[in-house]
Amino acid sequence: MSAPIVSIRNVSRRYPGGVTAVDNVSIDIAQNEFFALLGPSGCGKTTLLRMISGLDTPSEGQIFIGGEDMALTPPNLRPTNMVFQSYAVFPHMTVQDNVSYGLRVTGVAADETKRRTAEALEMVKLSHLAARKPDQMSGGQRQRVALARALVKRPKVLLLDEPLSALDAKLRDDMRLELTRLQETVGITFIIVTHDQDEALSMASRIAVMNKGAVEQIATPAELYEQPRNRFVADFIGKVNLIEAAVLKQTGKKVSCLTHGLGNIDVTSDKSCGDKATVAIRPEKLKISTTEPKGAGLIKSRATVRDVAYYGDTSHIVADAADGLNLHINVQNNTRTGGAGVDRGQKIWVHFNPTDALLLTE
Amino acid sequence: MSTPLKPGQGPLEYARRPWIIILFGLVLIFLYAPIASLIVFSFNVDKSGVWHGFTFMNYVKAWHNEAIFAALTNSITIAILSTVFSTIFGAMTALTLWRFKFPFKNIYEGFVALPIVVPEICMGISLAMFFNYTGMMAGVRDWIWPFNLINIVFAHIAFCFPFVAVVVRARLQGFNRQLEEASKDLGATELQTFTNVLVPFMAPSLVAGGLLAFTLSLDDFVITLFSSGPGSVTFPVKIYGMVKRGVDMQINAASTVLIVITLAATLIAMKLQAPSKTGH
Repeated sequence: MSAPIVSIRNVSRRYPGGVTAVDNVSIDIAQNEFFALLGPSGCGKTTLLRMISGLDTPSEGQIFIGGEDMALTPPNLRPTNMVFQSYAVFPHMTVQDNVSYGLRVTGVAADETKRRTAEALEMVKLSHLAARKPDQMSGGQRQRVALARALVKRPKVLLLDEPLSALDAKLRDDMRLELTRLQETVGITFIIVTHDQDEALSMASRIAVMNKGAVEQIATPAELYEQPRNRFVADFIGKVNLIEAAVLKQTGKKVSCLTHGLGNIDVTSDKSCGDKATVAIRPEKLKISTTEPKGAGLIKSRATVRDVAYYGDTSHIVADAADGLNLHINVQNNTRTGGAGVDRGQKIWVHFNPTDALLLTE
Repeated sequence: MSTPLKPGQGPLEYARRPWIIILFGLVLIFLYAPIASLIVFSFNVDKSGVWHGFTFMNYVKAWHNEAIFAALTNSITIAILSTVFSTIFGAMTALTLWRFKFPFKNIYEGFVALPIVVPEICMGISLAMFFNYTGMMAGVRDWIWPFNLINIVFAHIAFCFPFVAVVVRARLQGFNRQLEEASKDLGATELQTFTNVLVPFMAPSLVAGGLLAFTLSLDDFVITLFSSGPGSVTFPVKIYGMVKRGVDMQINAASTVLIVITLAATLIAMKLQAPSKTGH
């Protein structure tokens, strides 16, 4: 990685009263990245974003932007701009005045202000609404005003705090594409805070998963999904079956373990394991059949269908295996008739390829 | 059984029942008959209390009555001065209470609002004693106008600014702090943020609070009576003096003018305080 545009070094944020919102976090974010801070509510992701913008101050650690220590730089002098969760569009100003605000208060020449404002409005496709007041606009339009208002400043880093959470589902999908397009067009580093894993997975080039103030894993979306570092990440990103297992033997990368409910499984792991581990397998990697499946090396188990939930494109099956183990299985509804093809109470076979399972030790 | 209901027949259409409409009317008469008769008789030809014909003469006479005119000038001067200062102090108090956390803040907030509930007579007496002890009561008497009114202005600021503070504080409660943060994030300094974002947001409450202070100051009698020395007579005090000496339709005329001024100020204040119809 070339020199990072944002470098967060051992940053903590403690509040009086003993609450630690951010706990010793270090992240390097490269130029032009679309970086996501992902985590459940209260994990400290917004606090971290606010510390990058200067609206909050770290208790410990340093934040570098473009190689400069930002410790003593107030928010108005930082090369960052923020899109707030509430959009925070100034209600008493027109769209035009909102967008030009950041240029006017910093003394940019009038003709340049006019030109850049027009460009920014063009970019978010709001030129025709320049004279409107925010209260005559929809949530999606106000969001675009907030975006234009931040982008017109040409920041080195654009910070977005849950930008899609207040939009309805259809608009959210459009805006997701719009944000990705904008990021590619303007070539600015985007840092987005979200609690929505789909949002992070679909937009970000890299994601930091946070929990209880600390970073659990920083990786690309595919890595996070297929190679989660621990149980929290596996469980938070997507759905997963976590099966307790006792480690019987480890020879090199091959680990034999006895699972709770699925018998003996051999999986590969780079790390050395202790006595206990967790076998993680995604629901879409489990297959079902009504007859005993044949194939070398398949892990298979009998199970009883407890519940079938229909989601249109997929069906979600919960099945009871041995020893009280619940398995969550996603099947594609590949034909117009039949759905998942199983009913509640039906006896089925569940099987999977052991290379699709992952051994988690943390 | 599908005959359409007549207006007022619906089980919950109380507001359209005749008896309740009559009750509404009676309440209005009870409240406003005295004021209405005062206004009507301000146009009466003589002061007998019986209608003898329409005239504007009472207004003309009141206008040319130097004592009434001087008192009205005093009152309006005092009202303007105390409005300006109590709006500034009230807004500053509200901002302090809204923005900062400090020890004993709740107690402080309670004390700020206390002048609203303290009986006027108590406040009047305490101010009279204060002005006497400090020598201000006698001291300012011979100062040139309008400085001879300074005691009354001080007294009015003291009881008006808590009203402004309460109104502005209530408005600030609905302020989205992210607007302030957005302004700073976009490059504005603390002062630019205050003038560009916070003041426009506060503006309706500043005007409403100011008009409230203006009407309170204009028609205050008790506190003014206690804090004014001889020679500095305000309009309500003057009217009180005239009533004691006998009924004169000039009083009605002057009072009607006062009613119109306060009513107009109140209407503007209410309009500004009402939430905008477009939402937010």
